[in-house]
Amino acid sequence: MGDVFLISVIKFVTYVSVVLLSVIILGWVERRLSAFMQNRLGPNRVGPQGILQIFIDVIKLLLKEDIVPKNAYKPIHDLAPVISIAVALSTFAVIPIGNTIELFGSHVKLMIADVNVGILYILSITSLGVYGVTLAGWSSNNKYSLLGGLRSSAQMISYELSMGLSIIGVLMISGTLRLDQIVLHQAQYLWGWLPAWNIFLQPVACITFVVAAFAETNRLPFDLPEAEPELVGGYHTEYAGLKWGLFMLAEYANVITASAVITTLFLGGWHLPYVESFGLSPFTLSILQVLTFCVKLLLVILFFMVIRWTVPRFRYDQLMSIGWKVMLPLTIANVLVTGLVLLLI
Amino acid sequence: MGFNGKMIRKKDLTIWQKAYIPEIFKGLRLTISQIFKPKFTYQYPEERFKPEPSFRGRPVLVQENGVERCVACGLCSRVCPALAIEVQASETELEKERYPIVFEINMVRCIFCGFCEEVCPEEAIVMSSEYELVFTSQEEAVFGKDKLLKSTEELKDRLEFLRQHR
Repeated sequence: MGDVFLISVIKFVTYVSVVLLSVIILGWVERRLSAFMQNRLGPNRVGPQGILQIFIDVIKLLLKEDIVPKNAYKPIHDLAPVISIAVALSTFAVIPIGNTIELFGSHVKLMIADVNVGILYILSITSLGVYGVTLAGWSSNNKYSLLGGLRSSAQMISYELSMGLSIIGVLMISGTLRLDQIVLHQAQYLWGWLPAWNIFLQPVACITFVVAAFAETNRLPFDLPEAEPELVGGYHTEYAGLKWGLFMLAEYANVITASAVITTLFLGGWHLPYVESFGLSPFTLSILQVLTFCVKLLLVILFFMVIRWTVPRFRYDQLMSIGWKVMLPLTIANVLVTGLVLLLI
Repeated sequence: MGFNGKMIRKKDLTIWQKAYIPEIFKGLRLTISQIFKPKFTYQYPEERFKPEPSFRGRPVLVQENGVERCVACGLCSRVCPALAIEVQASETELEKERYPIVFEINMVRCIFCGFCEEVCPEEAIVMSSEYELVFTSQEEAVFGKDKLLKSTEELKDRLEFLRQHR
């Protein structure tokens, strides 16, 4: 029993430190990349290629004064960023980053919590994230913050539906709610050569899920809750210092989590095609799987960032009409077609 | 239904454009291709912007054979919209007979319009290519003759440019 506990603690500590560190580094990656896309250089002075800039910014945020508006409701004003970051970090717990690894003579599953309803856990936790945003908007006692929070909740309700429905197609194919089983199902081959990743089996579900994921993480084509030109800073207008920093961390943590879910559900998770035939030792294979997962994750994150500087923000009525009139019928049709095909086969 | 533009747009768009996803990928191709293009940024303290002769930097007095060309007519002081120039004339043994005993430009007031250069009958005050102007006090910002005088060799590009375009 002690062994299991120790392993859980090791997994947890490694995971939290790695995710928090990569969240901070992603801030730098995004600034550098967006600068490159606009023919600029971005932060490149502090440390090699400017990578220490973001750490200095974190220190600056820690030392800044914490300003609370006079009529704000302080307990909730303090609580909102904590909800945001906690929810953003806890989703990652069920993501399998590899199959199993031999450690201290026992097989260790490379995920923190081996939940048998992993997908339901992800859906429920990500929809909790909206409370952080909405409560922040409400408790600030500011019109713009409130509008940002309201927009966020309406957006979340509209896109949660298509997100859940697009997952159903995947569930029908793999027949399980366990994320590790879904990845194992994708580790097979179609016609002997094409990896059975869900992006090939469920292209429509993949597209709708990615769009819904953008909306859930409040990233650019759907960042209406913090639309700078309209709402000053949106829900975090009245936040300063560390609490504002927590919202930023939560945003990037959400991006990592959403990318991880997309990788797991549609891009084959840790599965590296054709590697089984090389006859590698189990330990090397496990390491290779973790690396594969990280590379896929990074590519999806970069996709998130490139999209941010490509697609302009939707108008609010456009956002709603896409969510209800396009995405929802599309996902329902996808479920129907998948069901028909599964019946016929 | 005041959205007239909306109706026209709907007719213009083809089915592929309405599908939106292919258009996003077109946009992505453009964005990604920009990543690898050369950057416009100057790494400032190490790498400085070298202005063209047409650039209007801080105004300076032209010094020819060790003497300023200025005859202290006061036209620049008159035309200056920001009232930045102060000239006090005096007599000299030289051919030009008059010279400025005091010539001061207040660089806090100067707006770099170049009127002084345009109005000068002797081509004695020109805009140089210097753009780094830093002061720590109001007094320091008043440039006297010691800071304003520059030889014709240093201002060659600008004088050449003026001769061609005036």
